[in-house]
Amino acid sequence: MANIISDETIEYVGILAKLELSDAEKEDAKRDMGRMLDYIDKLNELDTDGVEPMSHVFPVNNVFREDVVTNGDDRENIILNAPQKKDGQFMVPKTVE
Amino acid sequence: MSLLDLTAVELGRKIKAGEVSAVEATRESLAQIKALESTLNCYVTIDEDGALKRAEEVQKKIEAGKLSGPLAGVPVAIKDNMCTEGMLTTCSSKILYNFRPTFTAEAVACLEKAGAVILGKTNMDEFAMGSTTETSAFGETKNPWNIGHVPGGSSGGSCAAVAANECFYALGSDTGGSIRQPSSFCGVTGIKPTYGTVSRYGLIAYGSSLDQIGPIAKDVTDCATVLEAIASYDRKDSTSVNRDDTDFTSALVDDVKGMRIGIPRDYFGDGLNAEVKEAVLAAAKVLESKGAVVEEFDLSLVEYAIPAYYVIASAEASSNLSRFDGVKYGYRTKEYDGLHNMYKKSRSEGFGPEVKRRIMLGSFVLSSGYYDAYYLKALRTKALIKQAFDRAFEKYDVILGPASPTTAPKLGESLGDPLQMYLGDIYTISVNLAGLPGMSVPCGLDSQGLPIGLQLIGDCFREKNIIRAGYAFEQSRSYQAPEIARSIGVHDPADGASHGKEAK
Repeated sequence: MANIISDETIEYVGILAKLELSDAEKEDAKRDMGRMLDYIDKLNELDTDGVEPMSHVFPVNNVFREDVVTNGDDRENIILNAPQKKDGQFMVPKTVE
Repeated sequence: MSLLDLTAVELGRKIKAGEVSAVEATRESLAQIKALESTLNCYVTIDEDGALKRAEEVQKKIEAGKLSGPLAGVPVAIKDNMCTEGMLTTCSSKILYNFRPTFTAEAVACLEKAGAVILGKTNMDEFAMGSTTETSAFGETKNPWNIGHVPGGSSGGSCAAVAANECFYALGSDTGGSIRQPSSFCGVTGIKPTYGTVSRYGLIAYGSSLDQIGPIAKDVTDCATVLEAIASYDRKDSTSVNRDDTDFTSALVDDVKGMRIGIPRDYFGDGLNAEVKEAVLAAAKVLESKGAVVEEFDLSLVEYAIPAYYVIASAEASSNLSRFDGVKYGYRTKEYDGLHNMYKKSRSEGFGPEVKRRIMLGSFVLSSGYYDAYYLKALRTKALIKQAFDRAFEKYDVILGPASPTTAPKLGESLGDPLQMYLGDIYTISVNLAGLPGMSVPCGLDSQGLPIGLQLIGDCFREKNIIRAGYAFEQSRSYQAPEIARSIGVHDPADGASHGKEAK
């Protein structure tokens, strides 16, 4: 395997991805990611100098509209999905000491 | 012949003529679901009460002349990544196990306007990440042709439900082949439209620049009819394309005289199963005998599509799936220490292994220091792949090949080696990268009795070409249903309320 993923890299990616992996999962992730990157490295065979990166296949433009509210207040229904709620609001653990 | 053997359009015609009611059709579908679900597991949620109530309403509107479209009163199944107001929408993930959207996806709303009766939500690979429907948190779906095999994925539940007569048609979504590959494995027809044709509003995003919703049905006529109903310009989807050529049923013509069809040599190399190859080339002969001009050509770059796709799709997924954090909806971990720990634990417990794998890869390729080498490189490759198709479509109206290199693999054989599973998407994935329309049409069975799918690819906005080719080909063979589709259970669906399933 050409791409060796270090423990530090997996830790770092875990932080970016907001995932907490078990030790076994970390080992799997190191192996899987290494294998995938080896495979993805195939793209380096292609000369892409001077080729513009293409995010969209058609030219897309911003879709503007007047800043007018068109949807109704759906707060009561939306809050029904909240794992924890209080006084009609989403409840989260304390974030500021 | 049972009512269930009708196509969606045939049923719609009978309902319109008053020969059968929307309620009867819905009862038949629910009875079939009841008889087969313990074997096949096509659905995550079955909405018996809602469907029957809706069928009654629709029937009244039809009788009052207020609904007269071809799909009025016809029961449909919706892939579980499309929001349905008040009805469980799980993406087959534990993290959304209890999510009831407050709005309905635009494509589904279009069907409702056309008088559709929603039976329930179909099983899929978790967040549409997978090719077998085995990554679902609600158990795998079985292939109706052989329950020891997978239905394909990620729209495996939708395709299996259509094949097993557990609905008259279904909606699926296709990011790298998720409509076409399972359609091929289940012996049904599915279309992935040109990017931007069907609104993605309310489709729970996986790879936003690649995702498209499309129809899955028994034949090309149904697919064209459904696509006509769901295609719309929608300002709620910023990538929606305003088209005035969405009268897709006008292309249902048995005439391919002079149509130029290209067969990419690169699609017929190593890894292609011999029986699949034979069936697909035989299909090309059929079109040739009807007057199409068929020739081989080199598409090029085929082997670069999969690595480019996994970079782009994973990158977009890592961003799109960051919204699942245990705050506003879905699963929240029971014990945690502070906000960030709650995010991390909720996500780690809520997502399955394949989803985590792709989020990790996506986060990595977008991270500073790797962004240029991986993400931008993939986007440059995408540009080259699009150019290769542009060149091909200067010469051809339709590109013809297999939908998948094999027929459906056995259950349990694919997930052990993710990279190997990804390679199965080789013929479908580049179509998404280039934004093209593609369709899978059944073209035979292999020696194990498993269906083979013919893939027809058109240039952007040229769905009509593939619909015409698919329709013309289809006239040469009659629709084949799996044996299991004929077994009908209880005719009177009992009084069950709408229900979801427990996540594993």
